[in-house]
Amino acid sequence: MTSTPTKVPAAPSDTASLRGRIGDSPLRPDGTLKVQGEFAFGSDLWADEMIWGVTLRSPHVHARIVSIDVGPALATSGVYAVLTAEDVPGGNVGLEHADQPVLATGVVRYHGEPVALVAADHPEIARQAAKKIRVVYEELPAVTDGRRALEPDAPQVHGSGNLLRHLKIRRGDPDPVAPLVVSLDFEVGMQDQAFLGPESGLAVPDDAGGIDLYVATQWLHADQRQICQALGLPPEKVRLTLAGVGGAFGGREDLSIHVHACLLALRTGKPIKMVYNREESFFGHVHRHPASLRYEFGAGHDGLLHYAKAELLFDGGAYASSTAAVVGNGGTLGLGPYNIPNVQVDSYGVYTNNPPCGAMRGFGCVQAAFAHEALMDELADRLAMSRVAIRQLNGMREGDRNITGQLIDSAAPVAELLQLVQDMPLPAERLSEDEFDLLSLPGGVSNTTHGEGVVRGIGYAVTYKNVGFSEGFDDYSTARVRLEITADEPTVTVHTAAAEVGQGLITVEQQICRTELGVQRVVVHPRDTQVGSAGSTSASRQTYVTGGAVKAACEAVRAKVLERASTMLDIEPSELVLDGARIVSITGAVVASLQDVLGTDAVDETVKWSHRPTYPVDPETGQGDAHVQYAFSAHRAVVDVDTELGLVKVVALDTAQDVGKAINPDAVVGQIQGGSAQGMGLALMEEIIVTGGRVLNPSFTDYLIPTILDMPPMRIKVLEYADPHAPYGVRGVGEPPTISSGPAVAAAIRQATGKALRRVPIRPEHITEG
Amino acid sequence: MRITTTVNGARREVDDVWEGESLLYVLRERMGLPGSKNACEQGECGSCTVYLDGIPVCSCLVAAGQVCDREIVTVEGLSDQQGLHPVQQAFIECGAVQCGFCTPGLVVTAHDLLARTEHPTDPEIREALAGNLCRCTGYEKILDAVRLAADRLAADRLADIRAGSSGRLT
Ligand code: FES
Ligand code: FES
Repeated sequence: MTSTPTKVPAAPSDTASLRGRIGDSPLRPDGTLKVQGEFAFGSDLWADEMIWGVTLRSPHVHARIVSIDVGPALATSGVYAVLTAEDVPGGNVGLEHADQPVLATGVVRYHGEPVALVAADHPEIARQAAKKIRVVYEELPAVTDGRRALEPDAPQVHGSGNLLRHLKIRRGDPDPVAPLVVSLDFEVGMQDQAFLGPESGLAVPDDAGGIDLYVATQWLHADQRQICQALGLPPEKVRLTLAGVGGAFGGREDLSIHVHACLLALRTGKPIKMVYNREESFFGHVHRHPASLRYEFGAGHDGLLHYAKAELLFDGGAYASSTAAVVGNGGTLGLGPYNIPNVQVDSYGVYTNNPPCGAMRGFGCVQAAFAHEALMDELADRLAMSRVAIRQLNGMREGDRNITGQLIDSAAPVAELLQLVQDMPLPAERLSEDEFDLLSLPGGVSNTTHGEGVVRGIGYAVTYKNVGFSEGFDDYSTARVRLEITADEPTVTVHTAAAEVGQGLITVEQQICRTELGVQRVVVHPRDTQVGSAGSTSASRQTYVTGGAVKAACEAVRAKVLERASTMLDIEPSELVLDGARIVSITGAVVASLQDVLGTDAVDETVKWSHRPTYPVDPETGQGDAHVQYAFSAHRAVVDVDTELGLVKVVALDTAQDVGKAINPDAVVGQIQGGSAQGMGLALMEEIIVTGGRVLNPSFTDYLIPTILDMPPMRIKVLEYADPHAPYGVRGVGEPPTISSGPAVAAAIRQATGKALRRVPIRPEHITEG
Repeated sequence: MRITTTVNGARREVDDVWEGESLLYVLRERMGLPGSKNACEQGECGSCTVYLDGIPVCSCLVAAGQVCDREIVTVEGLSDQQGLHPVQQAFIECGAVQCGFCTPGLVVTAHDLLARTEHPTDPEIREALAGNLCRCTGYEKILDAVRLAADRLAADRLADIRAGSSGRLT
């Protein structure tokens, strides 16, 4: 040994005393601010000299813009600027296809499309001024039905055909037959993400023609790319920082206020704040695609599936958003987690003049699951088999190949998950008429029944969902990790651009840093574009991909520290271990303190990390290794249905899910509970009603989401079958619960009522109608 | 118009308030108190809940002019020098906070429930919180938080009684 450690900390620095490593459930670092109302959401931001921006939107579904007169609006006292398409210096925007103008250019293609912007010193003045903008429209024929959109004489949304994507999957026998054939048509309504924090942000111009945008979003770098495109500015002039995000669920993957606020800020030279109200929020983001599904399964008398045919039609609305990827998911995953040797799937995405649809939690799998699970029930009933048993019989196992021929190369516990939910205790029988509690009955305190006409049903559903971006997408994340001694204490700073939207990724990043570097104090840097892209907070991918990047960056930091120690101590790096605040030799002797090795320097490493590649599927057969990982979940729902009024009370919603490795077990349960609620909402109540392209219910008065009275208690079983290909074995968590919960609820209502119920949300009249 | 009112114990005066502004807007944009949230601005979500003369209200539905010379307590006023209120602490510990946009409203509503009802039953909690939407949590951990806060407040009261002090009443 060439040097003697000088200052080994007195406190035991071995990492056994570390709190909040992976597998623990440390509290989220922003919790204290959030419970005190001190956390700055996008809508809470404020700057000196700040003024307000508002949007004027199209009242028409499809119309030519004949003329726009901004004169009267501009002349309003307090108004600083009124902008139209002519004021947009750059090109169109769009997540996958740049097909959407920042402000409508010559034509509006959906009800609510942005047409003009106003900046004023009070939001109400801006709104009043926006009403004074005189836009002359000439209405055009519109197409507002997905099937109609594909007819040759249908009105064209973009003039290039209304077909956005057709994915074909062909596997096995092209003319399959089976002793038993079941089929159905299913319709899924348009669901909204309904995050509570409205679209919002603050754009602050600098004096060199650049801009800083603070915005609630899901993917800072995709935003930056599109803003640069629209403004004609280089990335160094468009800097983004994540503002506090009040939920996302897919609805913030596309742009909302981003370019609009920047345009107004650059024009006026003032900071611009934009905040949608709830009505505008319904027009200001994409929704879950409504879908029209036609399914046929053929099986043997033993219940084994011989073949499946499916046609899925996703209505993408007026702009592409992520429709192509949704079609990909619906097609490749839309038959559920079952072994089916012969497959013909056609998955379509179309343009219509309906509101644009794109990402929402469950992404293409949610719609399909309602159909395949209803059909599995039908098959079980026809064979007089148990609905659980038929799923277990056909369920995927590790080593099987799915319908695109991809090997399932880690756990696929379909049968076990179903068994777990089936074996959970059932809720107590409904109380008799003299001891009932109104809250526990359909209709609740509306006092619509005391139990008469109420029947109970039980339903099961199971799903699998891809994690991460698929079909050959270059899916990576970037993490920067810095280790230094501050105030005599080792401190790690972790910096990524990954959007924290409430799911708890910042806690996970801290946990990974503690685990890898043995340091208690981990500071999470604000998320911004000063570090490389983390990819989107979607597809259940951030714990996997950004988690992987943070882990890799920690490993790089550790290697650097040991290299320095090696030089200092003249010991091979491979014979040294970083153990919290000290460097230990492989024999266990403390050979230096971290302080000795680092001094006043910091070790700072940035790593770009990707999961293993995926591949595009074959255009004719749809075969290929499209996805990187699969996550599985099952639900059992128990419902009471008032058959006279068509009201439903979900009595229990129990679930089992394989999460690979629960990095933060409490947060995993939180994701499962919240995700299950959203799936239940789609089954029972959540639908944006669109008639002739017009949105009829853009408010929380008319668009209902589950309340605390609607949510039943949940039993949750979490399995941890590590995926050997993923960091720590993690499997994405956020989406599966939203996929299998809704179909389980629908199945329970069908079982209770004996009705076919081939549409969600299930409305009271569907239950009461003859 | 000018509004003079008491917010979180302090006398506040704001000028140039437009008649159409809500209490929520005045708190958030004119008083620097953005803790109360603006998820719907139409009385449907509870994210803007504040106390007005001791009664929880949706501040988005209260016209600014209505609060002259009245007492308002917002989520920012619930913690004191001793730290977080037990309801706030329980929300953090139970994982009842994800994105946190619903949290300020839920904290105020739960605070009010526990001031009125020492040991609420689950149906009582559900009924009291039925006007507060949360999109992230599925509510289960919010129930946990209210139960935990109720237990702790009850334990505090008992300790105070044993110690012979009047104790914290809310
Ligand atoms: S913002 Fe007041 S109730 Fe929703
Ligand atoms: S925590 Fe996000 S809305 Fe409740």
